[in-house]
Amino acid sequence: MARYLLTRAWQSALTLLLSTIVVFVGVRALPGDPALALAGEDRSPEALEAIRRHYGLDQPLPVQFAQYVERMAQGDFGVSIRTGTPVSSMLTTALPVTVELSVLAILIAAALGVGAGVLAAVRRGRPAEWLANGLALIGLSVPHFWLGLLAILYLSVATGLFPASGFVPILEDPVDNLHHIVLPAVILGTGLAAIIMRQTRSAMLDSLSSDYVRTAKAKGLRPRAVITRHALRNSLIVVVTVVGLQLGGLISGAVVTEQIFGLPGFGKMTIDAVFQRDYPVIQAVVLLTAAAYIVINFFVDLLYSVIDPRIRVTGDPA
Amino acid sequence: MSVLTVPMAETGTASITRRTRVLRRLRRNPLAVVSFVVLALAGVIALLSPWLAPYSVDQTDFARTFAPPGTAGHLLGTDDLGRDVLSRIMLGARASLQVGLLAVATSLVIGVPLGLAAGYFRAWDAVISRFTDLLLAFPFLIMAVGLAAIRGASLGNAAVAIGIAQIPGVIRVVRSDTLRLKSLDFVAAAVVDGASDLWVLARHILPNATSVILVQATVAIPAAILGEAVLSFLGLGIQPPAPSLGTMLATAQQFAARAPWAAVLPGVVIMGLALAFNVFGDALRDALDPKGDRR
Repeated sequence: MARYLLTRAWQSALTLLLSTIVVFVGVRALPGDPALALAGEDRSPEALEAIRRHYGLDQPLPVQFAQYVERMAQGDFGVSIRTGTPVSSMLTTALPVTVELSVLAILIAAALGVGAGVLAAVRRGRPAEWLANGLALIGLSVPHFWLGLLAILYLSVATGLFPASGFVPILEDPVDNLHHIVLPAVILGTGLAAIIMRQTRSAMLDSLSSDYVRTAKAKGLRPRAVITRHALRNSLIVVVTVVGLQLGGLISGAVVTEQIFGLPGFGKMTIDAVFQRDYPVIQAVVLLTAAAYIVINFFVDLLYSVIDPRIRVTGDPA
Repeated sequence: MSVLTVPMAETGTASITRRTRVLRRLRRNPLAVVSFVVLALAGVIALLSPWLAPYSVDQTDFARTFAPPGTAGHLLGTDDLGRDVLSRIMLGARASLQVGLLAVATSLVIGVPLGLAAGYFRAWDAVISRFTDLLLAFPFLIMAVGLAAIRGASLGNAAVAIGIAQIPGVIRVVRSDTLRLKSLDFVAAAVVDGASDLWVLARHILPNATSVILVQATVAIPAAILGEAVLSFLGLGIQPPAPSLGTMLATAQQFAARAPWAAVLPGVVIMGLALAFNVFGDALRDALDPKGDRR
């Protein structure tokens, strides 16, 4: 176990370093002089020179990289070119929104996906399976931002049941907060639910035809107990993995969902930054996403190896 | 070699038998037939859309903006600039398919050789795995954001961003299939026979891995189509005035109060295309599955 943990930790650290290099090189590949971009209105030679010195742009690249890593590690992502606010403080206000949205979406997706997946496997060949399969295929194929758009047009605007946009921090008013975020979370969750459903169904079908389930049935266990205690428990490994693998998709999905529902989160910040060519913000967003993905996946892998001891031995999720 | 070439059967029976069996299974599955017909129709319409479209996509008519569907001369109505919605949907779907194919081609060209190498050469596995981890750390939207910041937003850059993000999936399935095939007797026989690594990979492993690659491609295309729609909707993909289903939805959101119907059709077309690919991909996987009856 310790060996597996060390290997995974080393691999994650290496990936983190590589992605930092990619972002660093990417920023240098941006068109135009970064000093010019950072300068904004004041483009006098003296101002540009001052910026170059301040950001170490006059240093050799390896030195620049070292300084860059040092700054990032301290949470200093620079200052937004457009607003003049430090990127770190923008992140402090934006991140909680995205985290809340994503966590809610995962909960909704897991509940829907596992439920429908188990139902489809247990009711094999019956209408319930067809319905669950059909919904999952549609869930995989529907553009979720479009669902969000329709939800705003035909649910929020038409009926007034949900607010069409905006956000209230959870600490300010938890009820109003939930009221604002529940529709976006459902929309974001449905796509993930479709993927979880298909994986759960297929894992459940495998477990249901396995020997230990036959044994459980033979010893006279109630069908419900066979399904929940034996088949489902072993299928849950799949859900954990799927959520880990889909994290990238979830981040992408959150960006779009926030944009549509006007939630002031990480995603909206990203898109605004691209259009305003706010490079310090873009760089922070890209780097943080990569770091978050790597760290969370490390923990997903650990969790996975706790659930399934075989992985610790072979080190290779089958 | 064409992607559609069905691999030689591993058991040694003539490849024609396996191909016949797969095709027969597909023909007997009504969902496969329907989705194939939908895709074939969409493909023909996309290819011929520059000639089929009733209007030029850029032809504005400021006297008739936001004409509702069913208006004489404009079957599906007009948009905010009085452009014909039907024509724009046809060319938008064409762009969606272009991005889908381009993205998947990108991911296959890079992912297949890497997956083969990772599965075949033990020494390369670790390096390629780190590369895969690195790619996974940049979700497609973040990749697209970065690429749009560096190279500008366009159809090509959107397709490349989506394609790069799909490489890890290709590497994963090709690697695991290569690992499986490598342990089979016919590969061992070829090695004993003195075949070079390259020869074994090209003549024995790749042809037999074609079915997993094919299935992977069929599920990657709809994902790429959805990805293009998202990017164009956000303004990171196809740039106006070029027609794209995603940008049509962005415009629809802007004018939702005046023309709420405009938000419906482009989304239905995107979903229809993606659904047809996903249904056909499912059917293809079932038909290729040697176990057969598993659905």
